[in-house]
Amino acid sequence: MAIDPKLAEDLKSQGVHVTSFEQLINWGRSSSLWPLQFGLACCAIEMIAATMAKYDMARFGAEVFRPSPRQADLMIVAGTVTKKMAPQVVRLYNQMAEPKYVIAMGACAISGGPFKDGYNVLKGIDRFIPVDVAIPGCPPRPEALLDGLITLRSIIAKEKLMGKHRARHADPQGTAAFPVPEFGEHDLIPAANREIWNPPAVVRQAEGGET
Amino acid sequence: MTAPDRNSMDRESPDSHAGELPSQSGEAGFTALQSESPDSLASLLARLHDALPQAGVTLRTNPGPAAQHSLLVEPTHLTEVCRFLRDTPDMAFDFLSNVTGVDWPDPAKADTVAVPAEGEANASASGFLEVIYHLYSTTRRVGPLVLRARTADRGDNAKIPSLVAIYRSAEFQEREIFDLFGVEFTGHPDLRRILMWDEFTDHPMRKDYVAPDDYEYEPTPHDAVLEKAKRHYPA
Amino acid sequence: MISDLANSSSSAAPALDDDQLLHVSLGPQHPSTHGVFRMNVALDGETVVSLKPVFGYLHRNHEKIAENATYLSSMPYTDRLDYICPLSNNWAYANAVEKLAGIEVPERAQYMRVILAELTRLINHTAFAGFILGDMGAWGSALMYAFRERELILDLFEDLTGARMMANFMRFGGCRNDLPAGWANKVSELVNGYGAFLDEMEDLLIGNEILLARTRDIGALPKDVLINGGITGPMLRAAGVNYDIRKVEPYGIYQRFDFRIPLGGTGDCYDRIMIRFLEMRESLKILRQALDQLPEGPFVHPKAKIRNFKPPVGEAYARVEGPKGELGFHLLSDGSANPYRYRVRPPSFINLTLLEDMCLGLDLADVVVILGSIDIVLGEVDR
Repeated sequence: MAIDPKLAEDLKSQGVHVTSFEQLINWGRSSSLWPLQFGLACCAIEMIAATMAKYDMARFGAEVFRPSPRQADLMIVAGTVTKKMAPQVVRLYNQMAEPKYVIAMGACAISGGPFKDGYNVLKGIDRFIPVDVAIPGCPPRPEALLDGLITLRSIIAKEKLMGKHRARHADPQGTAAFPVPEFGEHDLIPAANREIWNPPAVVRQAEGGET
Repeated sequence: MTAPDRNSMDRESPDSHAGELPSQSGEAGFTALQSESPDSLASLLARLHDALPQAGVTLRTNPGPAAQHSLLVEPTHLTEVCRFLRDTPDMAFDFLSNVTGVDWPDPAKADTVAVPAEGEANASASGFLEVIYHLYSTTRRVGPLVLRARTADRGDNAKIPSLVAIYRSAEFQEREIFDLFGVEFTGHPDLRRILMWDEFTDHPMRKDYVAPDDYEYEPTPHDAVLEKAKRHYPA
Repeated sequence: MISDLANSSSSAAPALDDDQLLHVSLGPQHPSTHGVFRMNVALDGETVVSLKPVFGYLHRNHEKIAENATYLSSMPYTDRLDYICPLSNNWAYANAVEKLAGIEVPERAQYMRVILAELTRLINHTAFAGFILGDMGAWGSALMYAFRERELILDLFEDLTGARMMANFMRFGGCRNDLPAGWANKVSELVNGYGAFLDEMEDLLIGNEILLARTRDIGALPKDVLINGGITGPMLRAAGVNYDIRKVEPYGIYQRFDFRIPLGGTGDCYDRIMIRFLEMRESLKILRQALDQLPEGPFVHPKAKIRNFKPPVGEAYARVEGPKGELGFHLLSDGSANPYRYRVRPPSFINLTLLEDMCLGLDLADVVVILGSIDIVLGEVDR
């Protein structure tokens, strides 16, 4: 049930702040995201630079990088996910406790990036785990990472904790763990998790010999 | 625990002369083994022929501007040649810098890059895998000495003796060539895949390797990628 | 003359019963493994009995991609090899292609390259100092100081190349553009101020009890073992071997500069840390000289071919003294626009050959320090 904004303003001027539990919880959660210390490749260096004095991620509450997934609630996939590393990434994601979020930082985590042609490169971590925010760049500047973090914070602030459209972590039927791919003879098995990743079938109007 | 004297590390190195160009030989200089003094490789080859006549080491010329000519060594004699090069005091090739694997499905092409001498043809009719070694001497400041060893074929006889017992730096590099090319290094203490996972069965750096098809979504494909992507379009 | 090394540590099974040992897998996600590197360590209590590294978690198929790409389009990929020193890798690759194709580089470009390479050496060694102290438990404090200085140099790179890290600046025959007005002055200012930062860091480190206790007499190996193991770079010089490619086989115009090669005593981790500080001071010397001598002229060879670049048939192996060691590129050309074989000789990968030897008999805590002192970057290890 929404609060009448004018009433809220009036009360605020009197020193009474009115909010809902949902807003309060989301505000707390978004303001103290603890990222998992999980840098894979070059983007990790920009991620580290974002936590250093010049760009200072601490202002956003996300300075505490936890080495253990059990204590983290944000996984910033920074760098290329190779097929050899993919099962470990999914395992780490499964080990994180709900609510958990994923930022795919950099072109490699989004889609394979410049290494998309590689036989050992996973073409995007969203093939196996759900991604909340994607930050393009190669590598994205630290400011871009901060922008991604702010975007994630606004997503979290708008999360619903009750009702039909509630967030996955508030839903007892929501999946918190995703199947871990196995190493096959030529590729991972499965190559992608079809339940969370179904790319659009792009049909092009390539008529008249134009590609 | 006392801190060490900071100045104890500031030792004067013998090469700290400003502006002097390195001399052709001697401690401060470096002798590039072929381009600066073309005789040096020829004389080295002559020494090898004298010391190890059965090894059948032959010269292969490099047609490009780099002029890094190489020596083709039979795999069966590879270890004795390397031992000779390392242990002979005036050879002293103590540093194996690089081990490269190359896949030659077409042997004639290999002859264009490493040109045999007049009258010597490439004996192999089938394709082969090649391992190229770059040796340097840290004491004599000489290098690179390029050695080539070729397997008999690209199948079951792709075997080359391992140099790990002579140059430890070959350990991981040989494992990598085994992983990516499929060359079996006999005598390697721990020959298993290094970069790909153990259950992987292909040898990806070979020229005939076909990568798994996961090009399902490509926003702006063109050329070869477009062909691959089209296979996933709805019929 | 050295006899064949008994590679007992390469394959031997641990001596005690297997179930008496504690098998720990360090990595691939670990705060101190400098990336996705994994070590399967077998411990008898706290003592390391065997250590087997596992690679490949960042194997991005750079060499295969390069075979399908033109020579120039591999240049941005070299940035991503050793991603802490991108410009150094660019130069190493450009050097190899110039050797392959016989391209000359004009004077100004040579000086620009030296300046950029030495600035890269500064950022690499600075970041190294921050990272190794983080590994030892300083948890980001030293890293803050290191990155503060690194950001100053990254600003310079951004002014010049447009990117902080992945510069993609070298071309075959020179550099991509000329220096903007005032850039050289900014570098001079930075170089003049950098000594104060090094003094500050050294004062904090040299007599530090914890640093001394954790790094003295840890991880030293004899010189001939190191040479035979293919170790290059500061690790080799820390053990006292006078081998720096900039002096031994000078590339570019390094023979014109007056700088010394610091050599260590024993090669333990302490020497490896301190030698990098001395190398940074030598880099500052080179930078001052290069900035003084920087001539006018073209920044790239006027006849350098950008489109349809097809080097002649042949092969070339060229190496440079990267901040981590000897970075070599071995290129085989069959006359077409794509390399037939493109091989990177990665210093970090080969420097790890002796990791097990260095760690045997020491505690688990020392493994982290030794790994940190080798200074690896997974982009280069796995390519």
